[in-house]
Amino acid sequence: MKALQSEGVDTIFGYPGGAVLDIYDELAKTDIRHILVRHEQGAVHAADGYARASGRVGVCLVTSGPGATNTVTGIASAYMDSVPIVVLTGQVNSNLIGNDAFQEVDIVGITRPCTKHNYLVQSLKDLPRIIKEAFHIASSGRPGPVLIDLPKDIMQATGSYRAAKGVELKSYHPTYEPNMKQLPKVVDLIKASKKPAVFAGGGVILSKASKELTEFVKKIRAPITTSLMGLGAFPASDPLWLGMIGMHGTYRANMTSAECDLLVAIGVRFDDRVTGKIDTFAPNARIVHIDIDPTSIRKNIRVSIPIVGDCKITLQKLNALLGKEKLGSLRKGRKPWLDQIEKWKATRPLAYTQKETIKPQFVVEKLYELTHGEAIITTEVGQNQMWAAQYYHFDRPNAFITSGGLGVMGFGLPAAIGAQIAHPDKIVADIAGDGSIQMNIQEMATAVQYKLPIKIVILNNSYLGMVRQWQELFYDRCYSCTEMDHAPDFVKLAEAYGAVGLRASKVEEVIPVLKNGLSIQRPVIMDFVVEREEGVYPMVPAGASITEMLLV
Amino acid sequence: MVNENNEIKKHILSILVDNQPGVLSRIAGLFSGRGFNIESLCVAETADPLVSRVTLVTMGSDFIVEQIKKQLNKLINVIKVIDFSDADFVQREMVMVKVRAKPEHRAEILRTADIFRSKVVDVGARCYILELTGDEGKVDAFLNLLKPMGIKEIARTGAIALARDNK
Repeated sequence: MKALQSEGVDTIFGYPGGAVLDIYDELAKTDIRHILVRHEQGAVHAADGYARASGRVGVCLVTSGPGATNTVTGIASAYMDSVPIVVLTGQVNSNLIGNDAFQEVDIVGITRPCTKHNYLVQSLKDLPRIIKEAFHIASSGRPGPVLIDLPKDIMQATGSYRAAKGVELKSYHPTYEPNMKQLPKVVDLIKASKKPAVFAGGGVILSKASKELTEFVKKIRAPITTSLMGLGAFPASDPLWLGMIGMHGTYRANMTSAECDLLVAIGVRFDDRVTGKIDTFAPNARIVHIDIDPTSIRKNIRVSIPIVGDCKITLQKLNALLGKEKLGSLRKGRKPWLDQIEKWKATRPLAYTQKETIKPQFVVEKLYELTHGEAIITTEVGQNQMWAAQYYHFDRPNAFITSGGLGVMGFGLPAAIGAQIAHPDKIVADIAGDGSIQMNIQEMATAVQYKLPIKIVILNNSYLGMVRQWQELFYDRCYSCTEMDHAPDFVKLAEAYGAVGLRASKVEEVIPVLKNGLSIQRPVIMDFVVEREEGVYPMVPAGASITEMLLV
Repeated sequence: MVNENNEIKKHILSILVDNQPGVLSRIAGLFSGRGFNIESLCVAETADPLVSRVTLVTMGSDFIVEQIKKQLNKLINVIKVIDFSDADFVQREMVMVKVRAKPEHRAEILRTADIFRSKVVDVGARCYILELTGDEGKVDAFLNLLKPMGIKEIARTGAIALARDNK
């Protein structure tokens, strides 16, 4: 406990059980705040949401066996999205390990491929060191989840606490400083480029480099797009902003990537949802790739200038180098390129037509307007996630919290709980679908218990909408098993949990329901009955080039 | 994927790791999870008891092997990865082979063993067991010569390797 407190832990998301009784007994004697979730998966997603909203390490504590296995989805999601969390799991007595004891599972083995690192504590004296290492590993370099498995007998043993000193890991030294020989080459490419573009990702947000990124983009006057994970790294209200790139990216962002002659990629990993068909991605461009994780570079895509380093430090140094250059004429020379992009923007904007039934995009857009773009938005996964990304315009980092890499349905509600705890004064809204909200709906009880005024916006089309959209486009409208024709009444469900339930079925009800919901200082579920077969567009079919967009 | 040198080559990787339980599983899991292949694998303690050396033979294009090395380096317990295909090195494998020893073949078997500086480690009524160390080519050649006599069983290690001292 002291070791945890010395790492600055003041909040733990957890669920008790037999193997962690001793830890819970000690926890009660500290001033660490424990948030009792209703399912262990919720604990990990909440810790994830907390970490992303606060920029600190999220911590969760669960029991052995099923408690531990229930964390796996959350851990895998945090691993894919590089979120710093520490997961403490109970374990049976050390002498029983390997004996198929009650509630025993080899969680270290199970989570080996989806943690940045994990530990089985074998002696009490190792514990302070392991906890210190775990927090260091989770939060440094490319962040990620670290799991510590705690056998019950070791937790029962008592000993005097000796604080671990520094961390000494002879085999772990993330590269923060970029190779200074590479940077002048980037400056030269920028000066030579007629049609440059910047592509930023979650790495910029993780290294808190938004300010540096904005300065860089303005200096070189290049249009900028981001991945889903990078939304908010650059202000969406800026004229150089293109919108998101990729499968559901904007027309102009995807066209820009296809036409540019230089692509500066910062804190990204060129996921398949971004690149589409690899061979035709940015075919005319020299690519500069800046990332702290060497494995991200040249994993999927050819790169002209690879730079391993922290996004913030690298951008600072690049900005300093660019500061010595006269870039005035360069910026003027951008006009034809930026005019071209304006044309793309004007001809193929993100758009929808609001008729009699509520359009889901309309709900997200109104939510954006009524919160002045200042809410923290979490999402579930599917159409709701993409509409949130397209129609809520993020001007600040750490405001969009979504399960990007793994794509976990049921992520948004517990993540909103974590984000609200990190920021009690901000509006936190979960943009959800009627399918995914049911995957961790039990966490409504947590929100009510801790009086967390989270807003759940359900875009209810009674379908698993994204899968239905694929079936519509690629499977001859055979809507196999995607109709959710038996769902609870979400208004009554909210009330049953002790929260507030509101519903809008007509267009004119949308704004009053949102206004009302946002003004209530309690957990609220707002159920918006939306156009059933609305699709997310643009859409690039899986495996196609990202310029082959379906536009509707 | 990157279209550069796609020639598939054999690489011997020497991986220095923390001598702790679970480390081999992390390495093996990395290979299986990411679809890389392991041709052979040898693990033993080094002169420093806190460090083990994993000698691993893998096949792949330069591009794949670069990714393998980066992924290995990313494992917290991996201290150092050396790719011997970039260096001058000495490589050895060991094999024990149980070969049928018909009376008319015995002289031939012993002569072959002698030429290859192999040792006879067991003599039975029907079979001999021979032991040989050498690089992969030598071991293969030895086994090919014994094949006509009738090989009953083979136990063969993977490759181990060390870089030569740069003079």
